Amino acid sequence: MSDAFAIMRPGFAAPDAPAPATPRAVAHRDGAPNPGAAALRARFGPAIVRVTVVWGETTVVVDRQRALEVIRWLHDDPTQRYDYLVDVTAVEFRDTEQPLEVVWHLRSLPFRRFLRVKAELDTKGGAALQVDSVWSVYKAADWMERECFDMFGIRFAGHPDLRRILMWEQYREGYPLRKDFPLRGRFSRSEQLRQALAANPESRYSMEELTIADAYEDLPRDMRDRLGRGERTGE
Amino acid sequence: MATTKRTVDVQLSTSGLDARGRPQRTPLVLDERGAAVAVEAPPALEPDFASEHMLINIGPQHPATHGVLRLVLELDGETVVRCIPHIGYLHCGFEKIGEYRQYNQIIPWTDREDYLNSPGNNVAFALGAERLFGIEITPRCTVLRVIAMELSRIMSHLVWMGTTCIDIGAFTPFLWSFQEREKIYEMLDMWVGARLTTSLTRVGGMAADIPDGFTDKLRSFIQRFPKTLDEVDRMLTRNAIWVGRTVGLGVMTPDEAVNYGLSGPMLRASGVAYDVRKDFPYLDYETYDFEVPVGTNGDVYDRFLVRLEELHQSNRILEQALRRLPDGPVNVDDPRVILPPKTKATSEMESMIHHFKVVMEGPRPPIGESYVAVESPKGEKGYYMVSDGTSKPVRWRIRPPSFVNLSAIPRMVEGHLLSDVIAINASIDIVMGEIDR
Repeated sequence: MSDAFAIMRPGFAAPDAPAPATPRAVAHRDGAPNPGAAALRARFGPAIVRVTVVWGETTVVVDRQRALEVIRWLHDDPTQRYDYLVDVTAVEFRDTEQPLEVVWHLRSLPFRRFLRVKAELDTKGGAALQVDSVWSVYKAADWMERECFDMFGIRFAGHPDLRRILMWEQYREGYPLRKDFPLRGRFSRSEQLRQALAANPESRYSMEELTIADAYEDLPRDMRDRLGRGERTGE
Repeated sequence: MATTKRTVDVQLSTSGLDARGRPQRTPLVLDERGAAVAVEAPPALEPDFASEHMLINIGPQHPATHGVLRLVLELDGETVVRCIPHIGYLHCGFEKIGEYRQYNQIIPWTDREDYLNSPGNNVAFALGAERLFGIEITPRCTVLRVIAMELSRIMSHLVWMGTTCIDIGAFTPFLWSFQEREKIYEMLDMWVGARLTTSLTRVGGMAADIPDGFTDKLRSFIQRFPKTLDEVDRMLTRNAIWVGRTVGLGVMTPDEAVNYGLSGPMLRASGVAYDVRKDFPYLDYETYDFEVPVGTNGDVYDRFLVRLEELHQSNRILEQALRRLPDGPVNVDDPRVILPPKTKATSEMESMIHHFKVVMEGPRPPIGESYVAVESPKGEKGYYMVSDGTSKPVRWRIRPPSFVNLSAIPRMVEGHLLSDVIAINASIDIVMGEIDR
């Protein structure tokens, strides 16, 4: 058996740490922060906007330009080792004065720690919502970032294949989880039905798939003609 | 070694490493003299990129995709060169709807995402909301929730076992496991009156205490259940067809598995002993005596072994929970979230006003956010909730374990045969309701 398959037990990097236990009597504010927060302050200084502890969970708000750098350091540094990306998501508040937040939930399996990293994006002034993708650090970010893009319209620079994932590629109603998106959708039912009925078979496939090797040659002539004209939706 | 008519005894040996540095295991079979010999290892599948490739579409309406998953495969002969999954056919916008619902009104939605694990989702959501409210639940409620979580784990793993057997070509274990699952559904029916969409919990407590006769039924289930597992074990674990169709497929190394964010049995089969119940405990799981099974090769066969052992361990936890089940109230004594008793609400003015306010206005948590993860049968299931002080969450995010596990399928199937794609896909244990939400 090779070393590649040696069993990895979480918590091995902190053998003296107390045994994990169900949290009790957690204070709303002012709990003990995660040691990662102080280390980040020491390492990145002004890039760390603020650190808050809510219900025992530490949140580090970082400068959005340096989010990838911070997360890469958390992943690589031997005193942190945040090797597990739990989640990438975003939060938009009902209060339009508050910025939109991109949230990364990180876990350190070797130290049994949990850390929330946030970057704030300004939605006012029509600025592009963009942060760097952490796909180069965690492969897990692939679909999570695609979903976040699909639902909020946040662009993750450096993602290899940033396209919609839950909605279809020709979906034109916007970004469903934004607060300005109505619960029932933007288009009427009849318009949605019309679009669905007008869809061509090729709209079910991504351009990448349609151009796979020889598959393109096997397509029916009318399909190839439409693709040649750049028509995807059949309208 | 005893051989029977139906099964051939098979041993597994590590014969060396393949080109990628992964251990190659070949089944050993008995020759005429009864000695174990290695089966001729199949030649390594190296796709020939120069030849003609074929595009093939599986799903979304295909029984082997376990729902409405659609896989577009690029094939070289029968070898998969590339796999592009398409999801979203079941997307209902649960997270959007949750922003328009009070906390207790969201609980029925959690039934419907991972519908094989409804009680587990209910408990997970209630735990998340309780952290947001700062509520400590009662001891009896804690143990009842452990029972609910482990019952739903057994339920979900049994469905996985049955359907995966059908995918790979064995029919009998499907009937056995669905028979046991029916017993659990009967118990849930007794408890809350629903089988699939249980809505078992409320913020601060449970929808109902367990009824009379529930513990007896559970006790007899705990006693009988390992026998069924042993039957499945005898049928599959050393079955030559089963071993031949599962060993060495979809291998993920530990580092890869962690980097791809896999969780649950998928991660543990790869040799990472990460279990939320042990490492970030909730519901006093640290006080229960149970083991975390870990695989060594990260292939489909190990995932099967891990899930089979988890069923035994869940049964152990159920036994302990039943033994320690304390008396006392189920709901917390917190008028912010808990309704007054119905008799009082219909006879006293103050209680009626209280009832009205809790139902119509809804409980309001303080401003804050919480992420609570539980070990669902599929992996780490987390609920991230953000409150702005109103009775409805600003953001309710589900961290879906099968969504993240499925995102590794292009990596796992590349270089395998088309027929193995079905086995690998089955081993992920996907529920499309959770993936598409």
